[in-house]
Amino acid sequence: MIRKIVAFIFAFYFGFILYSFIYTHFPFGERPLKGVAAHYVEKGVQEEGATNIVTSIVTLYRGFDTLGEVTVLFLAATGLGLLLAGWKEEEKEKPEPTLIMETTTKYLFPLVLLFGSYIFIHGHLTPGGGFPAGVVIATGYFMMFIAQKEFKPSEYLLSATESFAGTLYVITGLLGLALAFSFLANVAPLGVPNTVFSAGIIPIIYIIIGFKVGSEMTGILQHMKEV
Amino acid sequence: MHSLILFMVLGLSLVLVVATLVIWLSKDLLVAILASAIVSLIASIFFLVLQAPDVAITEAAIGAGLTTGILLYAMKIAGRYEDD
Repeated sequence: MIRKIVAFIFAFYFGFILYSFIYTHFPFGERPLKGVAAHYVEKGVQEEGATNIVTSIVTLYRGFDTLGEVTVLFLAATGLGLLLAGWKEEEKEKPEPTLIMETTTKYLFPLVLLFGSYIFIHGHLTPGGGFPAGVVIATGYFMMFIAQKEFKPSEYLLSATESFAGTLYVITGLLGLALAFSFLANVAPLGVPNTVFSAGIIPIIYIIIGFKVGSEMTGILQHMKEV
Repeated sequence: MHSLILFMVLGLSLVLVVATLVIWLSKDLLVAILASAIVSLIASIFFLVLQAPDVAITEAAIGAGLTTGILLYAMKIAGRYEDD
């Protein structure tokens, strides 16, 4: 009981802080930008060529953070696999998926994969990017896991994709170090903004991240399924 | 137009609070997991209203999609009902 009261007070306090922040900032986007934020908004498109400024911040200006995130995700997936390895329960009676679920997922699955690929290929033009795209792809696989009885992607292929994509990401960063003396520098030609083949290495990085996150999340789901 | 969005946000906030209370008080973990998916979905709509489409798409994919799946598998291991 006391624990619940403390939790309630904490939640109320947290909500009050958030509310006061929103109240003081309310007409969003009307304050003048200062410092590095103003630089991103004014010079971002010229410098990196991506019309989605968030993308150029995530992959280039703050590229090290993204590399760290990818590493954290990799460690989490590896740790989960280690934790769940050799922890197989006895075979239980599984409920049969209905005909509607089986048929729907069979035709929906390629469309979900297509949508995920669309998100990571167009990451530098429209909202989205490698991380949500990978998760969308993994959600498609999750749909297949619950609805198809005989669906089992090769575990070897999943981990091979993951490792290959991770290595490629670091190699892309080192290429920037070799050619422009800065890790993850935008060494590829920028092209015309607002076209698919533009923004230098951003689409390359996002395609790599999409494959990596997608295979990692699918691996996590498969490990959880087999327990 | 502006007041329409404001009313929509107020209504969704009510649903959000109710869903959070359901997560907190429910002893049935399946109900709690589905309520948390609803919370994530409403949060992603809020991010869209606050003009952060990047965050909205991530929240919708991770919060409403993948987390629900992982929690459902975890519930299969842990059991459906929470006991005191």
